[in-house]
Amino acid sequence: MSQATLEIRAISGHAGSVPGAGVKRELEVCKLIDTTTCIGCKACEVACLEWNGLTFSETTFQNSYQTMPETAWNYWNLIKFNEHERDDGSLMLLMRKDQCMHCEEPGCLAACPADGAIVQYANGIVDFQQDRCIGCGYCITGCPFNIPKFSPQARKVFKCTLCADRVTQGLEPACIKSCPTGCLHFGTKAEMKELADHRATQLREHSGFAKAGVYDPSGVGGTHVIYVLHDASDPEVYGGLPADPHVPWTVQLWKKPLKWLGNLAIVAGVAGVFIHYLRYGPKTVPEDLQGGKP
Amino acid sequence: MTNGWIDIKNTDMMLIMGGNPAENHPCGFKWAIEAKRNRNAKMIVVDPRFTRTAATADLFLQIRAGADIAFLGGLVNYAIQNNRLAKEYLLNYTNASFLVKEGFQLPENGLYSGFDPATQTYDKSTWNYQEGGNMAGKAAPIDRPAATAAPAPAVLPPNVAYDLALEHPRCVFQLLKKQYARYTPETVERITGIPKDQFLKAADLFTSIRKDGDTKKVASVIYAVGWTQHTVGTQIIRTAAILQLMLGNVGRAGGGVNALRGHSNIQGATDMAGVFDLLPGYLKMPRPEDTDLAAYLKRVTPTVSKPGPWDSFSYWSNTPKFAVSLLKALYGPAATKQDDWAFHYLPKIDRQYSWTQLWDRMYRGEVKGLLSFGMNGVMIGPDTKKNIAALKKAEWLVVGELYPDETSEFWRAPGTTTEQMRQIQTTVYRLPCAGFAEKDGSFTNSARWLQWKNAALPPPGDARLDQDILAQIFLRVRDLYKKEGGKFPDPILNAAWSYTDPQHPSLSEVTKEINGKALADLKDEKTGQEIKTGQQLPGFAWLKDDGTTAAGNWIYCGAWTEAGPQLARRGTEDPSGLGIYPNWAWSWPANRRVLYNRASCDVEGKPWDPSRKQVWWNEAAGRWVGNDVPDFKADSPPKDHMGPFIMNPEGVGRIFAPLAAFAEGPFPEHYEPMESPVKNPLHPNQSNNPVVKKFTTAEDVYGTVEQGFTVICTTYRLTEHYHYWTKHNPMNVETVPEPFVEISADMAKDYGIEGGETIKVTSARGTYIAKAFVTRRIKAMLIDGKKMHQIGIPIHWGYRGIAEDAGKTANTPANLLTPTVIDPNAFTPEFKGFLVKVEKA
Repeated sequence: MSQATLEIRAISGHAGSVPGAGVKRELEVCKLIDTTTCIGCKACEVACLEWNGLTFSETTFQNSYQTMPETAWNYWNLIKFNEHERDDGSLMLLMRKDQCMHCEEPGCLAACPADGAIVQYANGIVDFQQDRCIGCGYCITGCPFNIPKFSPQARKVFKCTLCADRVTQGLEPACIKSCPTGCLHFGTKAEMKELADHRATQLREHSGFAKAGVYDPSGVGGTHVIYVLHDASDPEVYGGLPADPHVPWTVQLWKKPLKWLGNLAIVAGVAGVFIHYLRYGPKTVPEDLQGGKP
Repeated sequence: MTNGWIDIKNTDMMLIMGGNPAENHPCGFKWAIEAKRNRNAKMIVVDPRFTRTAATADLFLQIRAGADIAFLGGLVNYAIQNNRLAKEYLLNYTNASFLVKEGFQLPENGLYSGFDPATQTYDKSTWNYQEGGNMAGKAAPIDRPAATAAPAPAVLPPNVAYDLALEHPRCVFQLLKKQYARYTPETVERITGIPKDQFLKAADLFTSIRKDGDTKKVASVIYAVGWTQHTVGTQIIRTAAILQLMLGNVGRAGGGVNALRGHSNIQGATDMAGVFDLLPGYLKMPRPEDTDLAAYLKRVTPTVSKPGPWDSFSYWSNTPKFAVSLLKALYGPAATKQDDWAFHYLPKIDRQYSWTQLWDRMYRGEVKGLLSFGMNGVMIGPDTKKNIAALKKAEWLVVGELYPDETSEFWRAPGTTTEQMRQIQTTVYRLPCAGFAEKDGSFTNSARWLQWKNAALPPPGDARLDQDILAQIFLRVRDLYKKEGGKFPDPILNAAWSYTDPQHPSLSEVTKEINGKALADLKDEKTGQEIKTGQQLPGFAWLKDDGTTAAGNWIYCGAWTEAGPQLARRGTEDPSGLGIYPNWAWSWPANRRVLYNRASCDVEGKPWDPSRKQVWWNEAAGRWVGNDVPDFKADSPPKDHMGPFIMNPEGVGRIFAPLAAFAEGPFPEHYEPMESPVKNPLHPNQSNNPVVKKFTTAEDVYGTVEQGFTVICTTYRLTEHYHYWTKHNPMNVETVPEPFVEISADMAKDYGIEGGETIKVTSARGTYIAKAFVTRRIKAMLIDGKKMHQIGIPIHWGYRGIAEDAGKTANTPANLLTPTVIDPNAFTPEFKGFLVKVEKA
């Protein structure tokens, strides 16, 4: 992957066209997670902590092997463990690595009002720029996968970057590098789709998983993190992977069809204040509140 | 491992049992995944719990801890009944056709022939082959009655009687058939708790590799301490070996019986005799009756025992060369021919010194002090309370460690009062040691590869390398002997210590010493190759018993040659595609990657599977050649019928293990764990292992169902932690912060326990308190018709660690619960399958 893949394709809260967008299409990156060969060892969790310099946080036992209930502002990569009984009564221990899905149509980016706080690179990575983040948390509402998390200390939102810093240098993300079984793969979207389809076919034909398939949800335009699932018809059992994720309609409406209404409201608000000033003059503080003692 | 980690990718079928590689060997487990992904290999997992390994399996069976022989015996029976056998292999490469002595009896009542109840030992003289030739069609016994005069020590007969039709009632195959005919699917269900239909499914799947006479496919058996940590641990592995021999899977790529070692370098420790009854390279330890080297060598060097027309290499016949070379390495110039190569310097073991026995003696006040390096002594043995009590009785304790551990702080274990602390007289020295990244040296992995590593950074502060500390101790003890003399100073004064810097021996020098060198000019008469005095030896074939060679461990000879450190090689070529990587590191013996690989070919010397060619006979060259180094006499033509199992005096694999090979008998038999919820359904009157080793102090108590200990308990490790040290590392602690007890949802319902609720687990020895982990991954079982619960406890917590040191917890070690009882062959404690009771705390 070259530096060029970090050309910006989309940008949050920005009026007008995106500089350089659409001029050329570089290869889009993709992470493939084969849940059928994941052993839940959490090497990816630790690699993520180490590469990104994330701080230790105290956890408690949750009646599960799962490290914590969901990803955190300082824990971007979490394996979700679920005991699932199949129709024939046999048990499955489903282990799914949960992290940012790097949507083709990212709801977080759409929802973000801060200029440049969320960017989508030409290679498909959706990245948060914390120096531009205003901590409003709209991105959290915009995400159908419950990924961005607010840090009360920093008053900003954080999530997986797909190791954009490593990827620019031609390296795979830290989680991929650490995976001992090779259930994690990294490459172009086309390559990963092919590999995923191949594995899903193998699972259907040789391992008795008739509904095995690939998770690359179209509701968000596809994702740059895709899964092979034993049963693609029921992703919810993998720790709440949404069957048909969409950017929430409120965000969609507000940021797209109704954006003019918001803009109008802002204009109307400013105009209202001006008219108020013309009509009533400057705002004054009533006598009884001036210098009064409680 | 007979094979290696990477080789698992070549398999068609895996039986993973007594091990949980996905969690405890995650990096190696990638090869199991590769086999599934690239070969559509099937994986059967049998475990008391549905583990993360089971999560990737094609078939999972929940077994009662301690019932493994019943399951494997059932597989043996199934393979015989359904003719799922590798016939040519069985006949030619195993002792299936050998005839066994008339007096030998199978354990239908739980005992083999020759048991003496008074001493609880066996007279094993009937556990032997018959003398004679081809006995095909001759059913009458030809054995003469045993002489009534003082019996000579039993030895294997040189000319074994045999029946290649495998029909003689005394032939090993017929006895095997009879022995395991009792292990019917119904009996397997009663003992293991695995429903008959599930057992049959697994048996059919595993043996399907030999369906319709197929000889191409290969199955691998993969295990770890879930098999060894039983009072019948060794015999569990024996049963697997029998099964693999019957199916013709040993010696083949993707086959074998594969022990996954659970620590870095535990394989190296075993190879270098970190065991009391061995010398380096698996030479036997001398005993008091070995009054001189000749007597020792006579006792430990096997003589060939085989059917007349067959040939046997019997490689252990070279024992004198290995032993004399070892003595030369140990004692240098002091080891001379006149002085019997200083054989009398070697300690003679007059008793057993296994781990549990050592601590028992410390508890009894006989062992006065302990040097504890690279381990956490209090935590790793059974019955922590007894171990702590034992250390209180010692005069001194030296611990080399990175952290303040439970051993060096035994005196402030939870529950110790200030008054009790005042009474402890043990002097404790805690020495700061270097961590693994601060040391160079080599690790030997499960695949028998010696791999050199460099130090990444120097030890911090006052921390020192282990070898520097040991050198200091040795040199000062030697000085004391020099100054003050002593009862027998010679072995200490004459021990070879010729390192460039005696205070700081470099591990490269030590490794070269282990490899061995020529002490005189040597010449190979056949090839004309010469080795000059002082040169490193290229391999163990050069070792001599005349004092002209020295080698600290014959099996490591070849690891560091004149060509340099072979164990540091990093070649990534793999011409065969079988994952042999002949130029990566160095594998003992002789850089062979799969042991007994002659057996990967048929009798003619052609590979069973042409797509997995390891070695083969090249008629034109008159030699065995191949992708791997042939584990065989290179110029022995197939027509000579030399057996592929060159380390056995028979030359063939032992389905029947004769004489003193094992304590309990030539075939494995299911015995109940020491603490068992049922009487052995096979023979209730002989429920446990008849030759098990128990202990007799007041601490050594064993629980029964009648006392209320009705729940079966097993212990294990988690992928997120490594033994007892990662509780000092924040990231490990973050991923699994607290101890827990895994219980089934059925049990939680029966006991009214909620997930996360604190519960108390009690055995006859101690109490363990932790949160309940209620899961569907364990289920209640029907054992001999009775409903039973099984629980699991990870072993990682104790009273020192991040949370513990912060005063947030005072965790108790899991081994407070475990019984002091050991396997009579390998002396491993029974950490799996003991009895407890469970209550809300």
